[in-house]
Amino acid sequence: MTCVITPQHMPESAPSLSSKAFDRNLGSPRTLVSWVLSLVACMLTVMACVPLFSVLIMLIWRGGTRLVQGGISVFTALPPSAMMKHGGGFGNALVGTLTMVGIASAIAVPFGVLAAIFLAEYGARSRFGTAVRFSAKIMTGLPSILAGVFAYASVVALTGGFSAVAGGVALSVLMIPIVMLTAEEAIKMVPQRMKEAAIGMGCTRAQVIWKIIVPTALPGILTGVMLAVARAAGETAPLIFTALASNYSWAIDHRQPFIHLMKPTASMAVFIYNSAGKPQDNLIELAWAASLVLVVMVLIFNIGGQLLSRRSRPAR
Amino acid sequence: MTAITETFRPPAAGPGDLPMAAGISQPPSGFDRLVDRSTRGFAWTFAAGTIVLLSFIVYEIGLASIPAVKHHGLSLITSGSWDVNKEYFGLRWPILGTIYSSVIALLIAGVFGVAIAVFLSQNFIPRRMEIVFKNIVELLAAIPSVVYGLWGIFVVIPLLRPPANALASHLGGWFPFLSGRLSGPGMLPAALVLAIMVLPTISAISYDSLISVNPKIKEAAYGLGATRWEAILKVILPTASTGIFGSIILGFGRAMGETMALAMLLGNVNHFSVSLLSPGNTLAALIANDFPEAAPAELDVLLFAGMTLLAITLLVNVLGALVIQFANRGRGGR
Repeated sequence: MTCVITPQHMPESAPSLSSKAFDRNLGSPRTLVSWVLSLVACMLTVMACVPLFSVLIMLIWRGGTRLVQGGISVFTALPPSAMMKHGGGFGNALVGTLTMVGIASAIAVPFGVLAAIFLAEYGARSRFGTAVRFSAKIMTGLPSILAGVFAYASVVALTGGFSAVAGGVALSVLMIPIVMLTAEEAIKMVPQRMKEAAIGMGCTRAQVIWKIIVPTALPGILTGVMLAVARAAGETAPLIFTALASNYSWAIDHRQPFIHLMKPTASMAVFIYNSAGKPQDNLIELAWAASLVLVVMVLIFNIGGQLLSRRSRPAR
Repeated sequence: MTAITETFRPPAAGPGDLPMAAGISQPPSGFDRLVDRSTRGFAWTFAAGTIVLLSFIVYEIGLASIPAVKHHGLSLITSGSWDVNKEYFGLRWPILGTIYSSVIALLIAGVFGVAIAVFLSQNFIPRRMEIVFKNIVELLAAIPSVVYGLWGIFVVIPLLRPPANALASHLGGWFPFLSGRLSGPGMLPAALVLAIMVLPTISAISYDSLISVNPKIKEAAYGLGATRWEAILKVILPTASTGIFGSIILGFGRAMGETMALAMLLGNVNHFSVSLLSPGNTLAALIANDFPEAAPAELDVLLFAGMTLLAITLLVNVLGALVIQFANRGRGGR
């Protein structure tokens, strides 16, 4: 603004004129249109919140009822057979989901964090770094079912069968770009002064990274990991191709403790998908209960991650 | 930090020496150098691994789709017949269904998403409430799609059926979008749930591009006497339009790849109709529904369907990412 008109500079006649010409006329079409549009925008925003609450209410109502009725056995028992009108649970699916998300994290976290360190510290502005970042962004948009097709064509075809490992690989493809891009942002936010102080004290590049940058950026990196875990835990499509499903739990065999990782494995998401289309009410009730458990798991990771990121961010 | 192993001992001060010239600092040890080299090496390897992984995904899926192409040729895309027993496989209707369901979902999610982004970015409500609403919309993306599918089957479809069928019986005769009846799964519930799922993508990216509009432009519009919505519609939205356009393209890519909700709500019928009430199919839903029980001949075709989906979504996603990159170029602070 170059010219500020204060009341003292105004001509004597101005106030009476301005009160007419510049006052807001509530009845004028321009004001009315503005009001109506504001109302519409407000209504659309409120309406967009309805599905979330509808989903949550249904989950608590239908899934919660089943959980209360079934008690702890819902978490430990095997899925009911078609004849069973009551009872049963999704113990094997819970174990399967935790295992596969664990395998996926074991692959995706080191991969994503190290690649993020490269992007933020070594190759931030290089052409190679830009290409890497662009690939990661494209991978975030990769349909999850294609991660499944990929793991089917590579891991399943190679090892000769559906397995928890193949499921873990498929999920890790979805987790890597999330971990990587979030970790890069977190690392970039480490103050330049801290790095310079460390270098000034004679640190090598690796020492700056492992002793200064990673500990400082840790909350942000953990946010990315938690968001990625939340995403992976809820994925269904990639698991249909890779882990398939199983109605049985793992018999623990002490001689070959890892043999079951190479067998078809149940998961919460696939259990919900398979049960939703079944005619038995018992299975459908269990699907609601499994959905409630899955959503609670996912929301805990999601909200936890966001709280962490809020705490780590410097106040604006 | 170079480890300080020795305790500090004052050096014997000679006449020409600066104090402490014998020093406690030392060059990096061999181990330090090794850690430094390997950190750099591993970081580079995994960064390169990202590009390799993406290429490997494209390569593997492409390789898996070759047998079907060899066996069926071009009729895979152009033919509309699908008979597993006679081994007629044509993906025309699933491809059309993929695009149609995504376009309808985007029409709904675009209106809602941009309205939400405007409402939350232009100081309509106190900052605290903006954050609450923003988090609620973001949580929509956190719900797993299979849960949306379950919710769609038991809540959305029963809710939509009576009004949709009532409308259809009045208008169905001349209005092609509402012909037939909604007997269960169909395009309308599927597209609606799909819209809910892509809404967070659109609103979040639109919000970012709206908030990065230079405030001077906005103030200039208000200074000229524009009402709030005149400023929004004529100045702010056009300025942010590239980013909003990018968000819609990315939402389109996401909608086309979405699988479970459509597999559960669209009916898995290899047929296509413009009517919102009739069932249909999409590429992703077809793969998910048929894969567990597919015979080898059909499996090849499903892998080819995966390749088609990959080609379409890669194209759309690259386009969207480029548009957003272009939109963010030259934008400084907020």
